[in-house]
Amino acid sequence: MTSGLDDTSLPRDNGELVFEAPWQARALAMAVALVEKLDLPWDAFRHRLMTEIASDPQRPYYESWCAALESMAIDLELTTPGALDAAAPTEREPL
Amino acid sequence: MTADHHHPAELAPVEARIAAIESVLVEKGLLDTEAVDAIVRNFEDNLGPMNGAKVVARAWTDQAYKERLLADGTAAIRELGFEGPEGDYMVVVENTPEVHNLVVCTLCSCYPWPTLGLPPKWYKAPAYRSRAVREPRKLLAEMGTVIPDGVEIRVWDSSAEARYLVLPMRPDGTDQMTEEQLAGIVTRDSMIGVQRL
Repeated sequence: MTSGLDDTSLPRDNGELVFEAPWQARALAMAVALVEKLDLPWDAFRHRLMTEIASDPQRPYYESWCAALESMAIDLELTTPGALDAAAPTEREPL
Repeated sequence: MTADHHHPAELAPVEARIAAIESVLVEKGLLDTEAVDAIVRNFEDNLGPMNGAKVVARAWTDQAYKERLLADGTAAIRELGFEGPEGDYMVVVENTPEVHNLVVCTLCSCYPWPTLGLPPKWYKAPAYRSRAVREPRKLLAEMGTVIPDGVEIRVWDSSAEARYLVLPMRPDGTDQMTEEQLAGIVTRDSMIGVQRL
């Protein structure tokens, strides 16, 4: 493998990478953490994920996950699309 | 952040969006970066099919445990210390010479995290999610698992009420193996039902 720094730290499952990139792991963990923090049932997130997958079945899985997380945060009025636009970084933070 | 950092600085839109969501929610005190890190570490280090394999090996070697497992999967799995998100409502389905069980989540990708970790990529793919229900025998054969014609295939679609784990049949010739050795031969795919041991 030649992808460097992250390679050994990424989880593998029967030889298959569970996460293809660190942002996928964060997206997953953020949904788990947020649902816990707000004391919501996991279904509060899962239904959004189902909706996002159904609306665009060919979209990569973790992009649907991200869309579900964003829709949950916005519908619960935790943030706004504008605030997210403003907070988007333009480059990756050093690992 | 330095411009000459050796990692590529180009961010995919989705990656930037996730970073934005995290920074906004952290700023509002709704997320704690450390807590998110801890969840990621837990997935990397503690959750995976090695846990499910221990459950299966225990069921193979302890009849009373197997009965508890089939009666109340969540409680019996918790006995071994495996619980948490996506680990509630566990239903364990037993393979027999007459019945082969296959697990799918047709609507998203529900999967028992505490016992199997995160799902493999194919489990989340539209092709698997639809074909597992429509033509399971053909799909399994294509995945290298031929189920004899006389064996019924039961397909279990995960839902809010249930996360399924397949209890594979204990292979012949394993009578002398210890519980720990048995756990070593149980694969992730056999606990989803796309493989027979």
